[in-house]
Amino acid sequence: MADKRIDEATGTETMGHEWDGIEELNTPLPKWWLYTFYACIAFAIGYVVVYPAIPLINGGTPGIWGWTSRGQFDKEMKAEQAERAPILAALAKTPLDQLPNDPKLMRAAIEGGAAAFKVNCVQCHGAGAAGSKGYPNLNDDDWLWGGTIDQIDYTITHGVRQAADPESHMSQMPSFGKDGILTASQIDQVVTYVQTISGQQKPSAASQAGAAIFEQNCAVCHGADGKGNQTLGAPNLTDAIWLYGGDRKDLINTVTNAHYGQMPNWGGRLDPVTIKMLAAYVHSRGGGVASPAAAPAAADAAPAGEAQ
Amino acid sequence: MNRPDPVAVDHSNEIGLYEKRKQVFPKQIDGTFRRLKWAIMAFCLLVYWGTPWIRWDRGPYAPDQAVLIDLAHRRFYMFNIEIWPQEFYFVAGLLIMAGIGLFLVTSAVGRAWCGYACPQTVWTDLFQHVDRFLDGDRNAQLRLAKAPWGPAKVARRVFKWSIYLLIAFLTGGAWIFYFADAPTLQHEFWTGQAAPVAYATVGVLTFTTFWLGGFMREQVCVYMCPWPRIQTAMLDEKSLLVTYKYWRGEPRGSVKKAEKNPDAFGDCVDCNQCVAVCPTGIDIREGTQVGCITCALCIDACDRVMGQVGRPRGLIDYTTLDDTARELRGEPHTPIRKTLFRPRTLIYFGIWAALGLGLLFMLGHRTRLDLSVAKDRNPEYVLLSSGSVRNGYTVKLRNMEDRPRKMEVTLDGLAAGSMYTDEMEATDASRKLTFEVPADETMRLRVYVTEKGPGAEGGDFSFNLRAMDKEGGTDTERTTFTTPD
Ligand code: SF4
Ligand code: SF4
Repeated sequence: MADKRIDEATGTETMGHEWDGIEELNTPLPKWWLYTFYACIAFAIGYVVVYPAIPLINGGTPGIWGWTSRGQFDKEMKAEQAERAPILAALAKTPLDQLPNDPKLMRAAIEGGAAAFKVNCVQCHGAGAAGSKGYPNLNDDDWLWGGTIDQIDYTITHGVRQAADPESHMSQMPSFGKDGILTASQIDQVVTYVQTISGQQKPSAASQAGAAIFEQNCAVCHGADGKGNQTLGAPNLTDAIWLYGGDRKDLINTVTNAHYGQMPNWGGRLDPVTIKMLAAYVHSRGGGVASPAAAPAAADAAPAGEAQ
Repeated sequence: MNRPDPVAVDHSNEIGLYEKRKQVFPKQIDGTFRRLKWAIMAFCLLVYWGTPWIRWDRGPYAPDQAVLIDLAHRRFYMFNIEIWPQEFYFVAGLLIMAGIGLFLVTSAVGRAWCGYACPQTVWTDLFQHVDRFLDGDRNAQLRLAKAPWGPAKVARRVFKWSIYLLIAFLTGGAWIFYFADAPTLQHEFWTGQAAPVAYATVGVLTFTTFWLGGFMREQVCVYMCPWPRIQTAMLDEKSLLVTYKYWRGEPRGSVKKAEKNPDAFGDCVDCNQCVAVCPTGIDIREGTQVGCITCALCIDACDRVMGQVGRPRGLIDYTTLDDTARELRGEPHTPIRKTLFRPRTLIYFGIWAALGLGLLFMLGHRTRLDLSVAKDRNPEYVLLSSGSVRNGYTVKLRNMEDRPRKMEVTLDGLAAGSMYTDEMEATDASRKLTFEVPADETMRLRVYVTEKGPGAEGGDFSFNLRAMDKEGGTDTERTTFTTPD
């Protein structure tokens, strides 16, 4: 340790220590640097006082402004909701079948419905609403329980085969094979008949025999011509769309064991406006059927079907 | 071993990093270049303040402002040209042309932009005229600056700064009129109904004009502006620069001294007029320097002095480095024609003109309608109960004219296909649909194309668009049709 001295080469005071002949010059930090540093300290103290900062065992210091990220989130959500309120109010007021008369509101409903669909429906119906085996495709023109916007709204609200909701769509196809109603060869014949009316096979002796079995066992629900019945949710068997597969193996399986597809009654979980928007969105996917009042001719063109 | 050089590390005799600014009080001068500067200044200010107020009848569907940057609707109007966002390359092209134009001008006549047309120069000049108008010329201003602060000086200063503020406000205020209908915005502005961004813009621009034009002045050119650094790279030994001909002027001597000893002195009478008039406060006799904005006011000043003492004008003059060398060797100057039109300027001009012609050509050939098609990917296709296959497309019809147009969309290819929109019934499907597309709008349609099945065949096909008015116009967009296999 040497004393403080002036370094003769630079004329600067040294810090007064040396290591192996190397001395440190006393060149203090520039003033602006120091002031910036002090300002940062002052800022940090202010920050700790004002905002939540120091973690404690349960929680932490709240900060005198009482700011929380959750509070901020709530505030932003409130602002967002306030912004949307008028549209939602208008949607709540407008009956579903009046929606198409207000293209702007309809657009808003479809967009809102698309968002709600992504959260609630894509798990079963897929991101493009195209469904998959056992989950109806909502883009096609085939509807199990009807494809008018009101019918869609009803289906979403009450669901399908929900015992908890007395207004839910209910119907059950018997397990013809499992419960011993039909023998294996009878099932084989009736499946041959179904493949004939859906255009997959030419009429034959087997399909003739199947026709009689169909008449007795299936026509009640699916209709004498096999075109289905939307009131019962009975699929149209004459079209090209099959919820559980339309080839021989699948059909035999369906008749033998039956299916019991379910859909939640969203009325219990979503508010009516969201459901309305969902209905508008699903209807807009290209499969929706015009309401009978608006266009009676188009309703005829909608075959009873298998989807949903 | 070398000892460190004490001079290199001793800071005591270096010039401080921040020298105190020497305030500049440029003297009033009249002359050729001053008049040119007046004219250009008047022209620039007129263009800046006047342009938004020019009206241009565009019919009922578009704004009637000749020059309008309509950010809200993403349109750019310039007289009879209307630019859409996807045509932004026009604006980019104009900016590149402006850049190359600057190269061209700089390589020919030096920093003419700096001296005459730069907003900083124009507004600094304006504020300096205010100084002269209120405080008097250079000497009076100097006296006032030195005078102690008292009520009279405070009053004068406050008054002058309010004038600055008024000019700054008019400057900042004019900018917003380029972005909205000027008369409407003017009314909204004064009645407090304009958008917050309008007030913020006016506030920021008023402050920057007030501060940069009123107080920072030449410091912006010398310390803050990047242009001088870039422009230097475009100058060469054939560019015209304001030059003091030291070989003619030196050694300096007053008229009296020269009378006594005519052979000992050069032409400069050391009257300091060139320094007094310089808006950036430099002495051009020290040579070309970064502070010189090439405004040529010192030429005016010196020419006047030379006239008074009966010596030839042009002691300070526009001269190239080449000609400087020639003059020193006693050769004649290069003809001005050769200075202005040399390979470098001609190449810049060529690029500039080619760009301009290219833009003009594109302007003449751009279509005012547009079709774009995006195929649904999710789902790729939908099987209908009849066995037919349906694909969905998002089709956009763009009408860039300021009047509604009837357009017809037809299917080209896909022999068994027909289409309908989500606003039609599937039963009305057809191979030809017509739409009335509103003026200046993009119509977004969901179009469903159905092919009869079973056994529908996929493949490529086109949507054809045709305008059905007499101007016509077509567009085609190729896309594909997907089937289950
Ligand atoms: S030196 Fe002359 S040309 Fe340069 S800025 Fe000053 S007055 Fe203008
Ligand atoms: S104005 Fe001309 S004569 Fe006067 S000092 Fe400047 S260069 Fe010399």
